[in-house]
Amino acid sequence: MGTVRRYWRLLGIQLKASGLLALQYRADFFTEGVTSLFWTFTALAPLFVVFGERPVVEGWSFGESLLVVGWFTLLQGILEGAINPSLTGVVEHIRKGTLDFVLLKPADAQFLVSTQRFLPWRAFNVLTGLGLFFYAFTKLGRAPSVTGVLSSVLLLGTSTLLLYSLWILTVSAAFYVVRVDNLTYLFTSIFDFARWPSSVFQGVAKGALTIFFTYVIPLALMTTFPAEAMLGRLPLHALGGAVVGSVVFAWIARRVWQRSIRHYTSASS
Amino acid sequence: MSARNTLRAMPTLLKVGFAESVAYRAEMLIWVLSTTMPLVNMVLWMAVARSAPVGRFGQADFVGYFLATFAVRQLTSSWAAWLINWEVRQGTLSMRLLRPISPLWAYAAENIAGFPMRLLVAVPVTVLAVVLVGSRAVPQHAWQWAFFVLAVLGGWAISFLANVTIGALSFFLGSSQKVMEVWLVLYFVCSGYMYPVELLPSGLRTVINWLPFRYQIGLPVELMTSAHEWREALALLGAQWAWVAVLFVLSVGVWKQGVKRFAAFGG
Repeated sequence: MGTVRRYWRLLGIQLKASGLLALQYRADFFTEGVTSLFWTFTALAPLFVVFGERPVVEGWSFGESLLVVGWFTLLQGILEGAINPSLTGVVEHIRKGTLDFVLLKPADAQFLVSTQRFLPWRAFNVLTGLGLFFYAFTKLGRAPSVTGVLSSVLLLGTSTLLLYSLWILTVSAAFYVVRVDNLTYLFTSIFDFARWPSSVFQGVAKGALTIFFTYVIPLALMTTFPAEAMLGRLPLHALGGAVVGSVVFAWIARRVWQRSIRHYTSASS
Repeated sequence: MSARNTLRAMPTLLKVGFAESVAYRAEMLIWVLSTTMPLVNMVLWMAVARSAPVGRFGQADFVGYFLATFAVRQLTSSWAAWLINWEVRQGTLSMRLLRPISPLWAYAAENIAGFPMRLLVAVPVTVLAVVLVGSRAVPQHAWQWAFFVLAVLGGWAISFLANVTIGALSFFLGSSQKVMEVWLVLYFVCSGYMYPVELLPSGLRTVINWLPFRYQIGLPVELMTSAHEWREALALLGAQWAWVAVLFVLSVGVWKQGVKRFAAFGG
């Protein structure tokens, strides 16, 4: 119990440091807001064009797809505000050989690197995502059910866990191919596939892509599942699968991370 | 910095640039992999076109269009804005300014020298398109090839000059990364990168025809997939090169004013 308390306190300290740093750059609040709205607009532009052509694409109407984009935007906020900044720091540490300082500290290395930096203003995307949900349900002309909302909140947890684990796996790769600072771009471009309901990919290669994005890189679980949960059409076993799957995925990511850490030889050795 | 100096230095600059692009090939591969957006859009539009074609686009046409988009993006991209921003902030630009040749030429040379490596990506993708879609994935006649090459050059020139203009704004703003981001969003939305421009409503299309973005990606792709008769193609090429001229004047102007300021605070 003592260790859990200690880690909570550590998290508090790290959050406070990032928070103070963010308060120094208050103008960022405005610019982040504007850029977030801008990017949301790019995400929406193809949606308008596509649904200008067809009312329903692979079983998804405009309003329903908006929910997927909403989840995409929301998770992007979490990714860019809470996950990306710290873990990009790891790549930097590896390159400069300063990861030793982190490893020497008497706390779990994965915890330390994952909490070292937050960019709170990026959370603006979360607000944009919520706005999209609101707009989508106005379009659909109904409100989400209570169970729908509850299960989507649960899925928010699993999605965040999945996203974080995927990032841990990507960062682990940096231990082996050190000279790669663009991993972030690669990652975000793969994440791009999550903008669309996963069933859209069914028509290609006999559904291989859908299977790939559900089980290998579980993008479908991150945006399509929560959207379906909100619409109240996600089967219970899929919900259970998402919870179990994300925990297993996180466990694998942790094991890979630990292996990579052992593989890591510092700059001095 | 006379024209003769520049001409004499060019081969060396190109050689150095090429060596660099070979040395950082792993990085380049990551960059290429991170431009997968056309593939996402290809799959999406194939789903849309599954039951019936959209406009003149059937499923195969979308495959051809978006593979061409992928290839053209490789050939027309430029990253000079990031480089200029970085060098202005770090102050390393002063080293470039000491040389007897304008840094703009150096940036251009670095970009052009990456071409062979980029062709290594673009050509197989084009071959794949021909395998999947047939010969209509590439221009049919000699004049169409010529127009296509001109359009790719023009597309690259627009990207590069816009990059220089926005990069040079960092002399005045401290950092022009955000401006670049805005440019990129407009580029994604208006260039035909996410959907063929002709699928847009006609009012919007008229606006887009007046903006530079379509000429960066859309026009080369359309010429590659033979979407236009030669008369129309010629008019569009004219508009493209008009933009090249405008951006050339603009970029040189902003750059010159900016360097003066840089010298002022760099001492």
